[in-house]
Amino acid sequence: MALADLANPSRFLKFANNTVPWLSGLTVLVFAFAIDQAMIAPDDYQQGATVKIMFLHVPSAWLGMLCWGVMSVAALGTLVWRHPLADVAAKAAAPIGAAFTLLCLVTGSLWGRPEWGTFWVWDARLTSELILLLLYLGVIALWNTVDDPSRAARAVAILTLVGAIDLPIIKFSVDWWNTLHQGASVFRLGGSTIYPTILIPLFIMAAAFTLMFATLLLAAMRNEILRRRVRTLRLMQASAVN
Amino acid sequence: MTALAAILIRDMRIAVRVGGGALMGVLFFLVVVTMTPFALGPDLALLKRIGPAILWLAALLASLLALDRLFASDHEDGSLDLILMGHAPLELVVFAKGLAHWLTTGLPLILAAPLIGLFLNLDAPAEAALVLTLFVGTPALTFIGLIGAAIAVTLRRGGLLLAVIVLPLTVPVLIFGVAAANAAVTGPVPFGTPFTILCALTLASLVVGPFAAAAALRQEME
Amino acid sequence: MRLSAVDLACHRGGRDVFAGVSFTVGAGEALTISGRNGAGKSSLLRAVIGLLRLAQGRLTLEGGDPELTIAEQAHYLGHQDALKPSLSVAENLRFWAGFLGKPSSAIDEPLDAVGLAGLAALPAAYLSAGQRRRLSIARLVAVKRPIWLLDEPTSTLDASAQQRLAGLMQAHLGAGGLILAATHGPIGLDKTQELQLDQARSPAEAAAEGQELP
Repeated sequence: MALADLANPSRFLKFANNTVPWLSGLTVLVFAFAIDQAMIAPDDYQQGATVKIMFLHVPSAWLGMLCWGVMSVAALGTLVWRHPLADVAAKAAAPIGAAFTLLCLVTGSLWGRPEWGTFWVWDARLTSELILLLLYLGVIALWNTVDDPSRAARAVAILTLVGAIDLPIIKFSVDWWNTLHQGASVFRLGGSTIYPTILIPLFIMAAAFTLMFATLLLAAMRNEILRRRVRTLRLMQASAVN
Repeated sequence: MTALAAILIRDMRIAVRVGGGALMGVLFFLVVVTMTPFALGPDLALLKRIGPAILWLAALLASLLALDRLFASDHEDGSLDLILMGHAPLELVVFAKGLAHWLTTGLPLILAAPLIGLFLNLDAPAEAALVLTLFVGTPALTFIGLIGAAIAVTLRRGGLLLAVIVLPLTVPVLIFGVAAANAAVTGPVPFGTPFTILCALTLASLVVGPFAAAAALRQEME
Repeated sequence: MRLSAVDLACHRGGRDVFAGVSFTVGAGEALTISGRNGAGKSSLLRAVIGLLRLAQGRLTLEGGDPELTIAEQAHYLGHQDALKPSLSVAENLRFWAGFLGKPSSAIDEPLDAVGLAGLAALPAAYLSAGQRRRLSIARLVAVKRPIWLLDEPTSTLDASAQQRLAGLMQAHLGAGGLILAATHGPIGLDKTQELQLDQARSPAEAAAEGQELP
């Protein structure tokens, strides 16, 4: 089925109904595998088992940023290509990305507390991640403030594209500033500095998170399409009564 | 009394359904607190010391947000005319609206404050004192704000005027709220002294606010 | 019950909004107030309720509840609908019923009387202008008050809705109520007193009046 076929909401609903069940099953399987691998990965010589928070913290950070990337592509879809489902995807993705970002901040706080002595520091990486959360919440607030979703779509699209500037800031914050947060250790020139026994479970966990994101996104898009249909039906109901 | 219950429930329903609901105030609260380290620098010791003051200021500004539309929307759609034709005295109706505003704006701020206090490195006694002072003080902010909202009801760009009118009136609440929050952490003044004054200010505002606001509304209607 | 007005006058901004207005309306009677735009029809209704201060004149209600003001025994159907778009049709009506003094009233009957049965759960934002007007009228049916003050009641209503309204007004009069209606044209009642509010004034004054009135 070509991507263009999915532009039709009814066809998309069929696609989502067919895909979500097995995709969620696959997500559960990969999660089970990932958690298993994470548990048997070695402990850190300093932090002990606490280091395993990393398996939640890092993938959720990645997914928080990936989701904003998806929203940015959807924003271009709304503004440039006029794809009919672009704003549905953007609206559905926002809460999911916010949840991942919040998870990243909370797990990071809990992880850092024993080492740093505080739940929070205002260093460049943590702050830029918090800004990302605020951007997500701002986008969600904008969706909720305008009644008609298709009118809100263009405003949100612009906000999303402007906010995308935060993503490279988050990524390079540990290089550009002195931060308490550790430096880049996975995606860096010269290869990762993490040993494969930890790196591979991390990637498997990231894969599980990504599958979860895809499942949730499809389900949320389905809900949004149905929500808009309810709205249309209500409008028709009002005009049908004399 | 069912008339007042009707107003309370209606206003709470509208506040929750329109414009992002209660969470918009909390989001604004969070944003304002996030801005302060950009202005002050990330020195955690400094932030911890002035944290209660920052949170109180942010709560004050967030409370002001929803006040703008409190009476203006009723005035614009003709509800205010009909409210004046009900059996319930206008003062009590205004009290009910103020209560609805506090429940949907102030209370979420109080619940969010401990979490946001973590960003400013507040420790447990400071958080506890902050929450207690906010709980007692935010009703005063709402009920004093009612007066400004009533005065500005017929104005189109009333939002800024509202802030200009209300903020000076809330200065005593701010002083004693922050004093109480700080007193719990640093000495030498015991927590009880500014706290009881804060309670007194709130109780006074619960009476003065509705009476003044009702008088202002009647003036505007003529 | 009788509502009498003697020599009512209202000033606004140093100008006469209306002056020398007198009328008497008894139970089962209707008074239509007519005049050009800016003649002060809306202001007269608002002055009867007390939303506008009377500069002079006397307004008396005989046969009503002496403990209540005229406004508390009246319904006012103004230009605006007093509806909250975020609440449903039923929630809007139930609120006014509860606020104006009849908490546990069933709202199916009033909604049916204005032809909005079946839309009870719909958010009021989805209603057309005519439907919103009808929902406001349902308020008058839901809570019984003897005096109805109607400002251009037939505006935004189509023919069948106007007929329904006429029926409701007849029923109200039949039960001993009073109606004062400001209107440009006929509202579907046969025997009504008429009050003309035209005074000799320049078009510029009338235009300025039109801007001042609520």
